Amino acid sequence: MIDLLAQAAQQHSVLGPLSVHLVVFLLAILLGFEVIAKVPATLHTPLMSGSNAISGISIVGALLIAGLGEGWVKYVFGFLAMVFATINVVGGFVVTDRMLAMFKRK
Amino acid sequence: MDTTQILAGLLAQASTQQVTELLDGAAVSPVREFLVNIIYAIAAIFFVFGLKMLSSPRTARRGNLVASVGMFIAVVVTLASAPGIGYPVVISGFVVGGLIGLVAAKKVPMTGMPEMVALFNGSGGLASAVVAMAEYWRVNAYSDLLIDARISISLTLLIGWVTFTGSFIAFLKLRGQWIPVFWSGKESAKDREGGVKKDTAGNPIMQWKRYIKMGNPLTFPLQHPLNLLIVLAMIVLCAVVAANPAAVWAVVLIILISAVLGVLITAPIGGADMPVVVSLLNSYSGLAACAAGFVLHNTGLIISGSLVGASGLILTNIMCKAMNRSLLNVMAGGFGQDTSAAGGTSVEGKTVRQMDAEEAAMVLEACQKVFIIPGYGMAVAQAQHAVAEMADLLSQRGIEVKYGVHPVAGRMPGHMNVLLAEANVPYEQLADLELNSEMEQCDVALVIGANDVVNPDARRPDSQIAGMPIFDVDKARTVMVCKRSLNPGFAGIQNPLFFLDNTTMLFGDAKKMVSAIVNELKQS
Repeated sequence: MIDLLAQAAQQHSVLGPLSVHLVVFLLAILLGFEVIAKVPATLHTPLMSGSNAISGISIVGALLIAGLGEGWVKYVFGFLAMVFATINVVGGFVVTDRMLAMFKRK
Repeated sequence: MDTTQILAGLLAQASTQQVTELLDGAAVSPVREFLVNIIYAIAAIFFVFGLKMLSSPRTARRGNLVASVGMFIAVVVTLASAPGIGYPVVISGFVVGGLIGLVAAKKVPMTGMPEMVALFNGSGGLASAVVAMAEYWRVNAYSDLLIDARISISLTLLIGWVTFTGSFIAFLKLRGQWIPVFWSGKESAKDREGGVKKDTAGNPIMQWKRYIKMGNPLTFPLQHPLNLLIVLAMIVLCAVVAANPAAVWAVVLIILISAVLGVLITAPIGGADMPVVVSLLNSYSGLAACAAGFVLHNTGLIISGSLVGASGLILTNIMCKAMNRSLLNVMAGGFGQDTSAAGGTSVEGKTVRQMDAEEAAMVLEACQKVFIIPGYGMAVAQAQHAVAEMADLLSQRGIEVKYGVHPVAGRMPGHMNVLLAEANVPYEQLADLELNSEMEQCDVALVIGANDVVNPDARRPDSQIAGMPIFDVDKARTVMVCKRSLNPGFAGIQNPLFFLDNTTMLFGDAKKMVSAIVNELKQS
């Protein structure tokens, strides 16, 4: 394992970006804990639905892979990833808005 | 505005300059990468503020909009910066997925919300998994994959597929779907008899032994050892892929086993615990997107994915606390299937008092203070509008009406609030467990379709739901319970509340019963 890491570091200097990504990951996790901790129970369902829509960020991954690779990989995986991610994003935000619109009538 | 124009300009310049270099797979321009990462960070800031604004009823709707703007920014910057976008694929995928998502989100009834969220969630998890699969199969010589990409591909496949199949099972369970089974096993009293499907000539095509209801926990022997074995196998397979990325068989096995694992960890969990599972899976789908970010070295995916991962965990934790269960306990499954060992009060030989709508209306009219405790049964019966109408009629007579909404009422936390909001219940009438402090002054506590959240056994240390916060409705002067039968609730344990001296049962469908009360109130 250490060999592989050393080899990877040598060839592509991967550890630099990886460490930055890990730091970003940890900080974002902590931020997520703080943001969510103060939501009243009333809004938990819209919140779950809204954050679920944000997890549709995998649409970024879908966009990136849709242009790469060759032949069937590009088309089949690219198309499927786009469809599933878009369902998550569009459906998630629309359904959350529908719920919150009901609260707003008060 | 100026800043965005400058940024866009720089971006366009950078991309035209570097495009040949990028297509050759050479090093990414530092300037461009810097700008792209900054804009991803801006998108993440939109997400954070969106989530923050979702915390307050006044700003919640705008918060959702802010978050969707963040998503728009992330998509645009990706389109502007990626080395070659497959536009036909992207556009066709977007149109198909967008239409499905839009129609589903517009059509779903409010009671079906938890299922819908579960499905959307599974869809996002699957998208991440497909991204990892594409990244794996796109690299022709697999050994080109770096060690970190190998590990994160395995992790993305694992989390993504578990999220997908787990969410799908959660969807079926939340719908209470009956599914045919073809094998004979231990039958439970809750099963329904099987059937035969025949072709037009009357010859049998398919025969199934029985139906099982997906809402019930599905346990089988050696479940925990099997799960442990699967986890160990996963670790070995990930190590195999890390050491030798050309091991396609290991990647395929990871996909298959993860899909099975998603089913195995969701199937044993009973209907009562589904909110926790949906919330946990929501967290997983974020983590899957985050892992996909590590595969593609994309900061946008990493930040946003981990934000959702953290939020899902916090919600899961809150829900577990509300039900007084530990997450481990929930995941172990099987809760609420064994009524005999539940440690509740025995109900044999006890009698219940019952009333019809006319009497109930008379009692309610004579009150000063009425608390309504709605449960999921009210939503199933679509009775929320009738209940709101009844509450209005009572308020018009100067009776103080309040709704006691338990944190886990409905099938997701806050679900009941959405249902009541749909029925135009004024926000001021909603209260949570704080209602207990006024319970002794309450003339009638009207429990509609709720069960476990008013079970006084929760105060007994030997009960299965011991310590779960409940509404102390038994302390009200009169308790009216509107329920179809004396059957136990989601938790599957008996409720001694029904047999108390100050309890009256209103047997029947919640909607019919409440509508009948409304009619009586209108007539008098």
